[in-house]
Amino acid sequence: MTINTTILSEQSPAAAAVVSTSRALRLPRSPKVIAGLVILAVFAVIAIIGAWIAPYSPNLTNESWVQHVLVAGTGPGTHIKADYYPLPLPPSGAHWLGTTVLAQDVWSQLLVSTQATVAVGLLAAAISTVLSIIVGVTAGYLGGGADEGLSLLGNVFLAIPGLPLLIVLADYVPAAGTSIFLVSLIIAITAWAYSSRVLRAQTLSLRNRDFVEAARVSGEGRFRIIVVEVLPNLIPIVAASFLFTTLYAIGAYVAISFLGLAGSPTSSPPGLWNWGEMLRETFANDAVRGGWWWWWAPPGLCIALLGTGLALLNFGIDEFINPRLRVAGLSRKAARTLGISRRPKLGLTPVVRRKVVSPTVTSPGSSTS
Amino acid sequence: MRALARRLGVYLLAAWVAITVSFLLPRVVPGNPVAGAIARAQSSGICNSICVRAIEDQLGFNVHTSLWVQYVQYLGNLVHGNLGFSWSENAQVSSLIVSYLPWTLGLLGVATILSFIAGTLIGVVLAWRRGAFTDWLLPAATFFQSIPYFFLALVLVLIFGETGSLLKWFPSLYGYDIYGVNPGMNLPYIASIIGHAVLPALTVILASMGGFILAMRNQMVTTMDEDYVLVARAKGLRTGKVVWYAARNALLPCVSNFSVAISLVVAGQILVEIVFNYPGIGYHLYSALGALDYTLVQGIFVVITLVVLAANLIADVIYVMIDPRARQDA
Amino acid sequence: MSTPVVSDLSSPGPPVAPRDVAEGADPVLEIRGLCVEYGFGDDAVHAVSDCDLSLGRGRVLGLAGESGSGKSTLAMAAIRLLRSPGVITAGEVLFHSRSAADGEPAPTLDLLAAGEEELRAVRWSEIAIVLQSALNALNPVSTIGAQFDELLATHRPGLGRASRRDRAGDLLELVGMTADRLRSYPHEMSGGMRQRAMIAMALALDPQVMILDEPTTALDVVTQREILEELMGLRDRLGFAALFITHDLSLLVEFADDIAVMYAGRLMERAPAASLFRAPRLPYTYGLLHCFPPMHGERYRMEGIPGSPPDMRDLPPGCAFHPRCQWAMPRCRQDVPKLEPLAESRREVACWLHRDDATAPAELTLPDPAVAQPRTAPVIDASAGRAV
Repeated sequence: MTINTTILSEQSPAAAAVVSTSRALRLPRSPKVIAGLVILAVFAVIAIIGAWIAPYSPNLTNESWVQHVLVAGTGPGTHIKADYYPLPLPPSGAHWLGTTVLAQDVWSQLLVSTQATVAVGLLAAAISTVLSIIVGVTAGYLGGGADEGLSLLGNVFLAIPGLPLLIVLADYVPAAGTSIFLVSLIIAITAWAYSSRVLRAQTLSLRNRDFVEAARVSGEGRFRIIVVEVLPNLIPIVAASFLFTTLYAIGAYVAISFLGLAGSPTSSPPGLWNWGEMLRETFANDAVRGGWWWWWAPPGLCIALLGTGLALLNFGIDEFINPRLRVAGLSRKAARTLGISRRPKLGLTPVVRRKVVSPTVTSPGSSTS
Repeated sequence: MRALARRLGVYLLAAWVAITVSFLLPRVVPGNPVAGAIARAQSSGICNSICVRAIEDQLGFNVHTSLWVQYVQYLGNLVHGNLGFSWSENAQVSSLIVSYLPWTLGLLGVATILSFIAGTLIGVVLAWRRGAFTDWLLPAATFFQSIPYFFLALVLVLIFGETGSLLKWFPSLYGYDIYGVNPGMNLPYIASIIGHAVLPALTVILASMGGFILAMRNQMVTTMDEDYVLVARAKGLRTGKVVWYAARNALLPCVSNFSVAISLVVAGQILVEIVFNYPGIGYHLYSALGALDYTLVQGIFVVITLVVLAANLIADVIYVMIDPRARQDA
Repeated sequence: MSTPVVSDLSSPGPPVAPRDVAEGADPVLEIRGLCVEYGFGDDAVHAVSDCDLSLGRGRVLGLAGESGSGKSTLAMAAIRLLRSPGVITAGEVLFHSRSAADGEPAPTLDLLAAGEEELRAVRWSEIAIVLQSALNALNPVSTIGAQFDELLATHRPGLGRASRRDRAGDLLELVGMTADRLRSYPHEMSGGMRQRAMIAMALALDPQVMILDEPTTALDVVTQREILEELMGLRDRLGFAALFITHDLSLLVEFADDIAVMYAGRLMERAPAASLFRAPRLPYTYGLLHCFPPMHGERYRMEGIPGSPPDMRDLPPGCAFHPRCQWAMPRCRQDVPKLEPLAESRREVACWLHRDDATAPAELTLPDPAVAQPRTAPVIDASAGRAV
């Protein structure tokens, strides 16, 4: 996440013109952003309808959903009573993603788990963003002692490693795993500091701009200036930090679930089904060694995919905030037809001769008055 | 030195906050955590009388002194390196942590440094040689950045690990071959440590490199728009020198943002150690959580925080060394 | 034949072209038909259209225009330093080099056809640039000395470390600084000092051409004057030619031999400095000269230029200036005027008022001052005639 707001240099006002035409349309047009939006939309839909379209309950176990394998050295022909161990079933028409060793349907678990994972990500990011706006913008706008104090608070939280703190907090609040709100709150507490620092820096630079100065001189109240003049200009940065925090929050939730701190859906009080919980069960049952890829791979890939979607959208916003990151200039097609690199080398302006230039002979001919 | 002293002040305060949090949490959490904890511990069938006593001590139960006196005592113990007694491991927490720490620091140090160097170099290349190359490498870096560390660890175990099902190239459990070699200064032991570190280190490097690549690439693109880089071209300097102009300057914000990165890497490493049963601090945090050994959990939390703060301080010192402007203010 | 690696700074450099030789007679840099676009294809912006400009050896050519008129784009494109998305679409830029040793002409190089290595050899050693803000142009993490050192080490491989340091010290002293500044970082110096250091660096390899892109705009008026006077003094001693880009027409009147005026990416008028100032032929130049009140001399009526600079994405047809021109004729709305010489003078203008049967208004036909005045004469106060 970069926070430079770029003012194009006087040197290339025409370049600024090119940029500004595409600026309004840029966000939805970039392939990266479109890919990100599509990914997020798919997960959003699944988060809402996942529990309805799931063929089974994620907790439902059925004896026939595992293959019973006779433990060697037991059963007929030996003196020991027959003993069986369960083998999960690979994907089939009945179970699109196979079953778990606990005789549950993986596809159903994956669908149901989407909801809590996405909800915690968004809610934690929302809480964290509100916190960071309150602290960062206040610090940046007020300055002085308030800034010193709030910045110190932010720096302290930034310096304390997030996950260990999260582990300790979650460990002492065993109810956390049963409530989307509680777990989001705990994650938000460890997540707000970075965004707050970014927002403070940006507010500092906004504070002395003319339009804020004008509002101050005309006697508007501090709160009104912050809400009406400052905040709207922070929207791209707030959006970027919201996405970034969502990404972080999903990672954090999955991590504490994987550590078993968010409660198991079968314990009491029951925890929520989420992708981290699914991964915890695969790890606890040695699914990787068992070769049961249909069990452990889908939740991990979902996390990575959702994360990629968020990051791609973040790229778009970053490029919106900082136009320098954008692919400047030529479209790929135009560059190819011209036979030049799409992003020319620094300090070697490309020469693309379109017109045939005849050597300019200065002829004082026809147009003397 | 003033800027450095300020940073040091922030870190001392952060350390104090972490210590205080770990003191207060068990004592202010609502309900009767002792009964709950003992019940939970007993339900898993491993809580003996020592365990009960330890939980009571830890949670400030049956202690008839004021919170303040306990706090002063706690801080006093801490200063003397006394982090309490771990009932699950039946040893002093401090000596346990001392034995875990080299594993974690070794892995973390090597992996982070390699990842930072490689990520930064790739970021420089991506920013300088824009073109078809970036079109697939940037999304790839993003994807890797989004994969949870422990999931990547599982994938690597599957592909390369001895306990996986494919190539079986590298050991994927424990810090060394606990059955085959004798710990000590002998070659088989050292070779075994290195062999066992390959996959955990690779996991940390692959998972953290994406962030370093993206950060450096973005900074580099921004820096390349600066006049001095264009002037370096105008000066007719060799291309390598021009890239160096930009890279050297783009590195500065990356180093100053290191504190955010190191927090994430430490978090990731805790999970990676768990997957590999790597005998570092993260793995033991996990087992202490499972055993409800609060003393050990808190001791580890405090030490991890101190390690991260120390890493931050080192990054700050490096920053002051490489940025002449900071040197002047410092 | 051996090329001396270091010229003696105290001795006069290559022979300076006589003042009264017409510009263009012995050009060192010739820009022909240069077209520059930002972007490519249908939404490209024509930032510079069909510009011809030639810089005489040892002379100072001023390039004036409002922000966005394309003056910097023209100069940066000519030396292939224009950033993306700038693309050069036509033209040639001929550099007529002359050997430093004996003043014999070297083969002419077309910078637009040159490869990376050919360009690298010419850059700085023959064509140096000074940009607006030296704080941005100097590498913030190296000392001034280190930046001199790598420059000299790259272009003068024969020079030892000690000689490089001595040379750098001499150069700093040349621009009125002390050699101990070599140990300073850019942020430790004032704006004026940084710009001096930048100029010293630009002089380090005895270039034949200096491109000064708003070299003093970021400085206060007093420092600006000091540095420009020093720069012109150095020009007289060392004999480089300079392309001096600024929006401040009054500075050019004082420091340039000739002035070219740009508007909307085209060169519109070009004349000896005094002629252009005393007797402009172009309505736009006339407007520029009258939009700030002079502090001395006769009182003009303040007129300024009505309207605003054109949108480069959507230029009006015909002469780009016609919507703001008080003398616009029907023809101006249709046909683009070409820069062509006026009869009976050394000046060129792109304006239909001076073509064919048109009668130019009296304001644009003031008598040409006979001879270019000596540059040192106090022609005008620095605050007058500022275009923007």
